[in-house]
Amino acid sequence: MKKEQAPGIIIMSISSMGIFIILFILFFLIKEGLPVLKEASLLSIVTGSDWYPTETPPALGMLSLIVGSVAVTILSSLLALPISLFIAIFISEIASEKMRNILKPILELLGFLPSIILGFLGMVLIAPWLQANFTILSGLNLLNASILLGFLIIPIVGSLAEEALSAVPLELRNASYALGATRWETISKVVFPAALPGILSACLLGIMRGMGETMVVLMAAGGAAIIPVSLFDPVRPLTSTIAAEMGETPVGSPHYHALFFAGLILLIITLAINLLSSWIESKRRVRPS
Amino acid sequence: MTRRRIVDRLMTFMLWGAAALLVFLLLAIILYIFINGYEALSWSFLTEPPRDNMTRGGISTPLMGTLQLVVVSMLFSLPVGIATGLYLAEYSRKGQFTALLRLAIRSLAGVPSVVFGLFGLSLFVILLKFGSSLLSAGLTLGCLALPLIVTASEQAFLAVPQDYRAASYALGASKWQTIWKVVFPAASSTIITGGILSIGRVAGETAPIIFTGAAYFTPGVAKSVFDEVMALPYHIMVLATEGTNITLTRPIQYGTVLVLLAFVLGISAIGVIMRARLKQSGR
Repeated sequence: MKKEQAPGIIIMSISSMGIFIILFILFFLIKEGLPVLKEASLLSIVTGSDWYPTETPPALGMLSLIVGSVAVTILSSLLALPISLFIAIFISEIASEKMRNILKPILELLGFLPSIILGFLGMVLIAPWLQANFTILSGLNLLNASILLGFLIIPIVGSLAEEALSAVPLELRNASYALGATRWETISKVVFPAALPGILSACLLGIMRGMGETMVVLMAAGGAAIIPVSLFDPVRPLTSTIAAEMGETPVGSPHYHALFFAGLILLIITLAINLLSSWIESKRRVRPS
Repeated sequence: MTRRRIVDRLMTFMLWGAAALLVFLLLAIILYIFINGYEALSWSFLTEPPRDNMTRGGISTPLMGTLQLVVVSMLFSLPVGIATGLYLAEYSRKGQFTALLRLAIRSLAGVPSVVFGLFGLSLFVILLKFGSSLLSAGLTLGCLALPLIVTASEQAFLAVPQDYRAASYALGASKWQTIWKVVFPAASSTIITGGILSIGRVAGETAPIIFTGAAYFTPGVAKSVFDEVMALPYHIMVLATEGTNITLTRPIQYGTVLVLLAFVLGISAIGVIMRARLKQSGR
């Protein structure tokens, strides 16, 4: 009997590794991030907009970094979410079986595009184009990074929303058509509302992806720690600040702890979006099909 | 035509436009990089290390470094990920441990890649004293790939028909014998597909390796897991943002981007096609 149970116990203990990793991530960010509160108060960190972490005494105001993160996330979502949903609706409601078999892999492949390559395109392609067409000093700015982040959001939201739409039972569509509704009326008034929880959850995961992305904003956002007032202002989101500065920071310095604290802020926001998305998704199961 | 019909036509047109935009975007990106990068490509570009402050020569060291990182990350994430998928599919009952495990995997999938970098720095580089190395960076990437492999293998195990298990039990096999001899082989090709797809994801990641083991330049390929490595994505970043002569190295940058793109999209395309085939034959 004991020998029977051994493999199950081993498998269970190996799988607990996932729990340990997420706990370790939380633990290290808290352990290395919280000491920054000895240098500066929480209020001065989240409301101060001066980020000069290497000066003595260091200025550790992260407001411009947080606003930078939020700004690229909102702008890229505004650009990418409508397109993503249109693509999802097309694949689920209009495309033939054959087209679906081509479009779905294309959508998925777009999702595998390394973000460093998008960042590179931002530098060599979009930045010169923006500079040539608008009278601005640098093409590396909020708009550039948001366009590129859109490329990363489209495949995630597109494929998850498509799944949600395809899961809507055919009878609902047929009933709508039988009442004389056009295809767009059926989509917008019947299918879309029925799939709404899944679609919302997909959008949230896309927003989460935009918020956590590093390389694109590091290369294309311009990197100035200021609060942006126009689309063409450079920004320095939390992610790119960590990536750019961690390499040259002495372990244990206030700057080091501040960067971990930035990581902690980032983790808490993305985790919250993730859990919200998961909660909305669980509501979907209630709907009888 | 009534107003309703006109709206319907208009929206249909816009939906077609969105789909066309998707195809156009992917093709345009691939074509643009190919046109600008293929001149730099040659056998020597792939087999020679970078020279003269990285303004000449090839990309053999970062290419090998990326392959090494992929191997180390998979050596960690495949066994752990498949075991976790197996647990969730075959062993788990509704309980606190399973709920916690699912929550952990879901949360891991959403952790920003740069946060994985911070975690790798604290745990592998500093606490476990692996230093900035192939091992630290590979393990960090392995943690990042874990949720992908768990999800893929859980679905693979769940897709194995219940009859297989029943037949095996009917022959007197134990639970483990059934899993090892029946369920596992039946699920293996789907699991391999999941592994291939996660290689595509891991090979292009930059943020988690910047402070865990990626080097600006190394004279040769890493000989031990405790050496630093060059990696294709980090090499692109270095050449494009902090190289000694950014405009002079543009052709090399495009060449490196093309190699990374071909590698990642090639691997992912194989995975996507394999999975589509498996789904078809399954039905």
